[in-house]
Amino acid sequence: MKTVKRTMSTMALAATMILTVSCKDGNKNEPAAPMSNEMHQETMDDKDNMAMGKNQDAKAEAILKGYFNLKDALVNDDNSKAKELGNTLAQSLKSFDASSYADSEQNELKDIIEDATEHAEHIGESDIAHQREHFKTLSKDMADMVAITGTSMKIYEQYCPMYDNNKGGAWLSMNEEIRNPYFGAQMLKCGKVQREIN
Amino acid sequence: MKVVKIIAWIALIAFVVIQFFPVDYNQSEIVPQTDFMLVNKVPATVEQSLRVSCYDCHSNNTNYPWYSKIQPSAWYLEHHIKEGKAELNFNEWDDLSDRRKTSKLRSIISQIEDGEMPLDSYTLIHRDAIFSETNKTAVIDYMKKLKDSLE
Repeated sequence: MKTVKRTMSTMALAATMILTVSCKDGNKNEPAAPMSNEMHQETMDDKDNMAMGKNQDAKAEAILKGYFNLKDALVNDDNSKAKELGNTLAQSLKSFDASSYADSEQNELKDIIEDATEHAEHIGESDIAHQREHFKTLSKDMADMVAITGTSMKIYEQYCPMYDNNKGGAWLSMNEEIRNPYFGAQMLKCGKVQREIN
Repeated sequence: MKVVKIIAWIALIAFVVIQFFPVDYNQSEIVPQTDFMLVNKVPATVEQSLRVSCYDCHSNNTNYPWYSKIQPSAWYLEHHIKEGKAELNFNEWDDLSDRRKTSKLRSIISQIEDGEMPLDSYTLIHRDAIFSETNKTAVIDYMKKLKDSLE
């Protein structure tokens, strides 16, 4: 009888343990579908269109700024800051609304945003080497986004040929001077401007 | 001693009760046209590896082990499968744009390279799901080639 009791309590313990473990990852958010906040959007649209025109979307500018902050954290080899900024960027990406764009652009934009959100979220939880890997694809997403949304900022597309085993990696910057987000202090000035936007 | 007895009884009752909670089984006979194997020319060895090591959690059809019938492990599996499919579903591969495919391939490659996938909790029981060195290289090489063709 004693062994039966012991087995039972072990079982109970095991059951609780399994339950606890299985719930551990439970609150990882899936990349949420772009929120359609229509009422809000209507009022925003009018203002946006009047104040800045369609080519200078305020939310797209906010996303870009979030991206630049993240880039600076990587330039400074700051893993935890980059995590924080990755999550911030994921949030502003999720609040982006493509509905004011033409149909053909909408699909492309939604695709870009979905992809970029996933990379930003991963940056929010990775070590710095992984953050940089995701940053490379994120940079491409951002460049493609700007090509559609336009921007009032002057942006430089810069390129480091050595990153990713000499496959190279590009990034966007608001400054002409090179500050390499892929190598940080290790090779701060490696790279060149390959394109100017605006 | 009496307390232990009571706890044991409660645990036993709880164990029996949770058996009646329904589980959403991930099983489907239909393989959609968008399946990874149907839209790509996958070499036989790579296909075999992917089916054994990935498809249980990353497709619409899971080959369930016996303990999937028993709670709480059924919940545990259900949770993992849902999470796995949300991240990547090989059955819905062709629904992805080239941009998304490239990103997914990038994560497939890096997670297999780093040994993050298949999950340790999965290979603990599915010993055959562990990639042999040759299979690992074959899968990674194939995924890299596919990724390059998209870029």
